[in-house]
Amino acid sequence: MSKCWMQTLACGVAALMSVAPAFAADTIKLGVAGAHSGELASYGQPSLNAAILVVDEFNARGGVLGRQVEILAQDDQCKAEIATNAATRLISDGVVAVMGHICSGPCKASLPLYTDAKLISMSPSATTPALTQSGQNPYFFRTIANDNDSAIVGARFIAEKLGASRVAILHDNSEYGRGYAEKAREELQSLGKAEVVLFEAVTPGATDYSSAVRKVRQAGAGVLMWGGYYPEASKILSNMHSLEIDIPMVGPDGLKDMGFVELAGQDAEGVYASGPTDTSSNPLSVRYAELHQKKFGTAPGAFFDNAVAATIALLSAVENAGDTSIDKLDEALRTHEVDTPIGRIKFNEQGDAIGVGMSIYQIQNGQYTEVFKGGN
Amino acid sequence: MDFFYFLEIFFSGLTRGSIYALIALGYTMVYGIIGLINFAHGEIYMLGAFTALIVATLLGMSGFPAGGILIVAALVAMLWCAAYGYTMEKVAYKPLRGESRLAPLISAIGMSTFLQNYVQLAQTSNYVPFPRLMPRFAFLSAFGGVMRSSDFVILVVSALVMIGLALYIRHTRMGKAMRATAQNRKMAMLVGIDADKVISLTFIIGSALAALGGTLIASHTGQVGFGIGFLAGMKAFTAAVLGGIGSIPGAMLGGLVLGLAESFTTGYLSGDYEDVLAFALLVLILIFRPAGLLGKATVQKV
Repeated sequence: MSKCWMQTLACGVAALMSVAPAFAADTIKLGVAGAHSGELASYGQPSLNAAILVVDEFNARGGVLGRQVEILAQDDQCKAEIATNAATRLISDGVVAVMGHICSGPCKASLPLYTDAKLISMSPSATTPALTQSGQNPYFFRTIANDNDSAIVGARFIAEKLGASRVAILHDNSEYGRGYAEKAREELQSLGKAEVVLFEAVTPGATDYSSAVRKVRQAGAGVLMWGGYYPEASKILSNMHSLEIDIPMVGPDGLKDMGFVELAGQDAEGVYASGPTDTSSNPLSVRYAELHQKKFGTAPGAFFDNAVAATIALLSAVENAGDTSIDKLDEALRTHEVDTPIGRIKFNEQGDAIGVGMSIYQIQNGQYTEVFKGGN
Repeated sequence: MDFFYFLEIFFSGLTRGSIYALIALGYTMVYGIIGLINFAHGEIYMLGAFTALIVATLLGMSGFPAGGILIVAALVAMLWCAAYGYTMEKVAYKPLRGESRLAPLISAIGMSTFLQNYVQLAQTSNYVPFPRLMPRFAFLSAFGGVMRSSDFVILVVSALVMIGLALYIRHTRMGKAMRATAQNRKMAMLVGIDADKVISLTFIIGSALAALGGTLIASHTGQVGFGIGFLAGMKAFTAAVLGGIGSIPGAMLGGLVLGLAESFTTGYLSGDYEDVLAFALLVLILIFRPAGLLGKATVQKV
């Protein structure tokens, strides 16, 4: 598997290089960093393919600013320690910008290097909120909604659609679950339509959650928000049903997983979970999926559309900026909207894409059905 | 808060507590006889749940009634895990008998890791659904859902099993041999008790009880995973220490006290403090009663 990909990569790079000589002096170098081998390669390779497809298109149109674009790929295997090496390498090779990294950990590790080098990086997949929101990474962008958006869309769905006035929030005390629960509480309070009547943790792995569930009923909650993963959600739902507590559960994207439906079975029916807005019917998304099929012979993988969007955004920014200086690129990313497979996007102050939405899905007959679009 | 809510929280705690007690019995019996804390005991609980799942799935295809499947699955799981317990003792602990106390302890931790990883590899690393086999008792709804059918089954089954075990140890020949071995193994051997047999039987009974607990909880929560034994084992071990390790009534009492403490903490304070308060209680009890609630303080004879 990984060998085959490495060959594809080698071919891609070789193909580019074989056309490149005439322009060798002044190609625009685009770094692509992510897991291209190892356990998590399935997260990173689709992004590399995306970059190759987009760069081919730009080059066929005559390049960017009259120069051909060249991809410099670096494999970080989703490991922070390898990512810093990859970043150093890309910086010394003189890339204009980096599309990557894929996992949040490597992003966090390599960002100080890119910031020092005044280099723009854009991740198609890293969702840790702090990457954009800590304010420490001024040149970092991403084309995926962050974990906070998942809580925000959940809270808005409760306030606007479910119309519940009393909400109970349980979480599993993990960084992921607690982060979701806290952000959701904050959003519910600022929306002001619903009161958070219960906010507490349960012990993951406990044999029985009936005390916590009974407390939810005692608090008179009309909705239960769950911050955590699906095995515990399934136990809580089973307790709710055996106690005949019939209130809806709203959860994070951790519940948008077919594994949840298989595990919880009938209990999962009617549960709401957030997840990225379905853009598979977007014409650009359809077109790039076809291009992928033609060039690589398979359907695209994880984060492919986000990576196509990131590559288009970066290359368009160079075109719109007119040169490759950091300030102009930065401004172009934030001011010019571009059409991508995930919609028409530009970036906000913090570097999150405006126009990349989360939606709420409901489990109906064992399938996830989009019931609420969050927008952004 | 009203009385009904109090009752609900009380019965939640009782259900939890009786499962802790069932598992704690295995810890305390083994400790009583050979002075070993069998850290692999929680894994036997997990194996019990998995065995029951396999049996239930097979029987489920043949159209057995749910209640019957639960009983057969529990019995097969108990038998199968008894064999596991027996083998575990022979493989991992018997060769180390007479060595320093640390050797079998490390062996127990190794056994626990081995069994977890074995199930992860041989079965699955995901959680898998466990069929709903608990019968529904209509008469319970008269009490407004204070107690659910599955709570009722767990309570009744564990009460019966614990009473049975207490009677067995009190009145049978083998039970007397067990008590004698626990008091003084060398003396017991001198009067003709086969200590090896007693130790094996202890592991067999303890493992069967853990498997029963695993089956009951799996059909109560509706899921099974290779890691479920760890927390259940830790809690049951705590219950055994709380009640006085080595004491059988102590394990039962310890389990109930721990379950109730957890449930009331969640119900009236906050789920955030469930473990904090439960373990603070453990520390407090051990300060005032170092041997646990029902444990006998052993006097070191010089």
